[in-house]
Amino acid sequence: MARKCRIDIVEMVHKAGAGHPGGSLSAIDLIVGLYGTGFRFKLDEPNWEDRDRFIMSKGHASPAVYSMLHNLGIISKKDIDGFRTLGSICQGHVDMKWTNGVDFSAGSLGMGLSFGLGCAIAAKMDNSERNIWVMIGDGETQEGQIWEAAMAADFHQTGNLNVIIDRNRIQNDDFMEVQMEIGDIGKKFESFGWKIIEIDGHSMTEIIEAIDVATNELERPCAIVAHTVKGKGVSFMENNPSFHGKAPNDDELILALEELS
Amino acid sequence: MSAPSKGGASRDGYGSALLKLADDPRVVVLEADLGKSTKSCLFRAEYPERTVSMGIAEQNMMLVSAGMASSGKIPFASTFAIFTERAFEQVRNGIARPGLVVHICGSHGGIHTGTDGSSAQSIEDLAIYRTIPNMTVMHPCDDLSAEELTLQLLNHNNPSYTRTARNKVSRIYDEDTVKKIKIGKGNVIKDGNDVAIIACGVMVNEAKIAAEQLSNYGIDACIVDMHTIKPLDGKLIQKLAKQCGCIVTVEDHSVIGGLGGSVAEFLSRNIPTPLEMVGVEDRFGESGGTSELMAHLNIDSKAIENAVKSVIKRK
Repeated sequence: MARKCRIDIVEMVHKAGAGHPGGSLSAIDLIVGLYGTGFRFKLDEPNWEDRDRFIMSKGHASPAVYSMLHNLGIISKKDIDGFRTLGSICQGHVDMKWTNGVDFSAGSLGMGLSFGLGCAIAAKMDNSERNIWVMIGDGETQEGQIWEAAMAADFHQTGNLNVIIDRNRIQNDDFMEVQMEIGDIGKKFESFGWKIIEIDGHSMTEIIEAIDVATNELERPCAIVAHTVKGKGVSFMENNPSFHGKAPNDDELILALEELS
Repeated sequence: MSAPSKGGASRDGYGSALLKLADDPRVVVLEADLGKSTKSCLFRAEYPERTVSMGIAEQNMMLVSAGMASSGKIPFASTFAIFTERAFEQVRNGIARPGLVVHICGSHGGIHTGTDGSSAQSIEDLAIYRTIPNMTVMHPCDDLSAEELTLQLLNHNNPSYTRTARNKVSRIYDEDTVKKIKIGKGNVIKDGNDVAIIACGVMVNEAKIAAEQLSNYGIDACIVDMHTIKPLDGKLIQKLAKQCGCIVTVEDHSVIGGLGGSVAEFLSRNIPTPLEMVGVEDRFGESGGTSELMAHLNIDSKAIENAVKSVIKRK
């Protein structure tokens, strides 16, 4: 499944001539792992009120979400082929107003964890068992609002809130160690009262186990720090800051598809 | 929790409306440490389980509200008007863009808030929220109208921003007349044919005082409470332009982009009419007593009288 999604990601971004392949490829194993295990949703009813929520806060990695929704059969091949074109349900950044199965309108970093907290508080008020999953980037933790939300989640004891941090160590302009390395993200969340799980974000075994642990932690919010490789699966994109927000050209697409096939 | 201030501060109307809205279990209230000031404290005292304390973190509050709205709640989130501005992009991208129905209340708006000084005097809030697609923007003039308009938000399908004021002013409405007001419809407080004074918020009261003075000069002014800045009641403005032939807008807000700006845009595109705008010129406020600041910044009843006299000459 993850391999099929990776092919969709590079094809989608190539066809659009724009998009963010690096952070989509680093995140996709985590998304596949989530949807493939404990995530409660209904394929034929994407807006089921009591579904779990997946809030993709790093909304530029939209190709990862669209590839997942496509491979689940929620959106069509035609939909993902229209990525970033006028009138397409696959907007440049994930948008709940446009796409079935998308729970948040992202694109401005730092907001998704707060939104997830709102969903989590509402679920608690309703005595609902739904779990709220938020994915953020590691660069995104430079946004102060992430820490406002982290502090409030502890205060409101939202054990139904989980964040997956795509720790790929690269942001838009360069490596985080150049731009602003934030150090031990896990310890920082831990000091805000969160339970921490550190994993290899490309090991399906570790991903599934972490999701299970986080799902069953009902007292505290959980942060899964997933160590990943930006551009994972396409050798020339791996750990390469220039593929944060650049589409592969025709030759690069052929190379990428050879590696992924 | 402090007792609600007596009389007609619009923030008191917001607080009492929240209590009445509590019958609907979807209603939740979010606050950012200023509940005693915005008057959401009244709801908190009665319904703590439906009040979400966000601490001093307005950006987080806006997106938590959005998340709750996406989960079937009707959130009312409040803080000072000026601090909602800190979260403008959150309101724009996180609430309005996905069309989530969150109702934001910014209290202590305008220079009317007084001695705290310019850092607390929001004079651009109406302008900035007006630029957001599908956002309803309101500024009621007294406690009764603030309560009525807030109650109407329960069945309102767009996100909204309501500015309330800290200080009480004379009531414009009574229990009966307030029932006639509707979101999106300006309300004629007093009819007249020489000039239309279109005001919002605490300035409706100043407009009334000015109109009484103007009557001594034989000027018969129409006074409108334009409590909804967006969507603007263009139909009424068109009628007033024809009826009076000149208009004065009055607001405790910058003359750039607020009520005056809205009316100017409408008139220039539809029915060019002489217009004067009473509001804070392109500057920040400062500390001072409310009345002395209003005089100092040229937004008191005297300033309205002068604006009326000059706009009538342009007819």
